[in-house]
Amino acid sequence: MARAHVITTVNGDPVEFLCDTEQTLLDVLRDELHLTGSKEGCASGDCGACSVIVDGRLVCACLMLGVEAQGHSIETIEGMAGGDRLHPLQTKFLEHAALQCGVCTPGFLVAAKSLLERNPDPTETEVRYWLAGNLCRCTGYDKIVRAVLDAAQEMRGG
Amino acid sequence: MQYEAPESVEAAVRLLSGGGPRGRVLAGGTDLLVQLRAGVITPQLVVDIKRIRESREIREEDGMLVVGAAVTGAELGEHARAKSMWPGVVESAELIGSTQIQGRASLGGNLCNASPAADTVPALVAAAAECRVAGPNGMRRVPVEDVCTGPGQLSLGDGEFIVAFELAAPPPGSADAYLRFIPRTEMDIAVVGAGVNLSLDESGRCTAARVALGAVAPTVILAEEAGAALVGTECDDSAMEAMVAAVRAACRPIDDKRGTAEYRTKVAGVLATRAARIAATRAREAR
Ligand SMILES: Cc1cc2nc3c(=O)[nH]c(=O)nc-3n(C[C@H](O)[C@H](O)[C@H](O)COP(=O)(O)OP(=O)(O)OC[C@H]3O[C@@H](n4cnc5c(N)ncnc54)[C@H](O)[C@@H]3O)c2cc1C
Ligand code: FES
Ligand code: FES
Repeated sequence: MARAHVITTVNGDPVEFLCDTEQTLLDVLRDELHLTGSKEGCASGDCGACSVIVDGRLVCACLMLGVEAQGHSIETIEGMAGGDRLHPLQTKFLEHAALQCGVCTPGFLVAAKSLLERNPDPTETEVRYWLAGNLCRCTGYDKIVRAVLDAAQEMRGG
Repeated sequence: MQYEAPESVEAAVRLLSGGGPRGRVLAGGTDLLVQLRAGVITPQLVVDIKRIRESREIREEDGMLVVGAAVTGAELGEHARAKSMWPGVVESAELIGSTQIQGRASLGGNLCNASPAADTVPALVAAAAECRVAGPNGMRRVPVEDVCTGPGQLSLGDGEFIVAFELAAPPPGSADAYLRFIPRTEMDIAVVGAGVNLSLDESGRCTAARVALGAVAPTVILAEEAGAALVGTECDDSAMEAMVAAVRAACRPIDDKRGTAEYRTKVAGVLATRAARIAATRAREAR
């Protein structure tokens, strides 16, 4: 197996790691960097539990090789709260009970954050389409969508 | 598995054609990674083309739109000029997968995965797009419809890869459109796809038309008779009926869990009509 040396940025910090070229970015985050917030639900791009932001774009970490991270900037769920202060999306997910087992939650939060960075005032339809690649087996989605809309409103200062 | 990310077309060709193990091109990886993970493919060499400028940029050359083979659906959708020149091609790319998939999926990967149901391919064929193919013997141009020869089968030679797609400047009064049918609103594989590209003269008469169909044959097909049925008409109901008859005659679908052959043939006609109407409306607005 070929090993590769990769230099990248994770949640703003410079990071170096060694990985097998076959390892996905998700494998690297979880198994090499011990950032286990990103989850593996399907490993085929269908569930969004592995959602991360690479150079400002939402992607599935399970569909990217770890070696592809070279020179790029990666944001994961671990970078979302500022120390002990939760991100407004995290607070609203708790308030609206937008999670049950929690396996899908990091992916939803990262995906919702990338939406609100682009579109601070999304309609419900826009939220639903943006999050169509994130699956939840527990909540029925409604609470998640309401939590995102509520967080958006709070972040706009309303 | 050896991983390389060359920064030039020449370096990529050298890697892909140099005596070592046969390489696989990696663009967005949304098909490739799934196949790697499932063990369907076990390449010894992967050549990532995302650090090659020509494969990653959208530019205009003498009025022609040149889209890098590894440009993502999201990037294409955000490109106002691409959208106004070729709205059908852009809408087909934006249909691929979820937001996450849009962040990676490319036109080159969609074509070279060689699925008969690939969404961008009917739109690219209708638009008469050509591929810039680089290989050991230099560059050549290949019409999109000549790239796939069957499911998973390509006509590209050893060491060749697609660098970019060329889309000609649409003549005045021209526009394209793409529609697919899936049983849900997002995240599914097309049961049928239809791309239409047509030109109308000042009086509203159709002077050229191309109709391409997805998921109704082993590869995406250009239904030449269907386009011909519209030329010289005002795209009225009787012209549309003739076009639908030609579309249905061109279909050679299979029965599978997504739909029967009979159903696909019927839906192909319906989608082609709707796509032609959208293209005609856009073409009038483009005048
Ligand atoms: C959840 C999910 C949903 C999806 N939904 C859709 C959908 O709605 N519609 C649809 O059509 N597809 C869909 N797909 C399939 C896939 O996303 C698309 O086919 C996508 O366009 C592939 O592009 P890519 O850049 O990721 O290709 P890659 O995975 O990088 O490559 C695909 C294949 O093409 C080859 N290749 C790539 N680029 C080149 C090149 N420039 N020259 C030569 N060979 C090349 C690769 O070697 C590989 O064999 C979906 C996939 C997933 C995981
Ligand atoms: S684990 Fe990546 S999309 Fe499901
Ligand atoms: S909370 Fe269990 S999958 Fe969403």
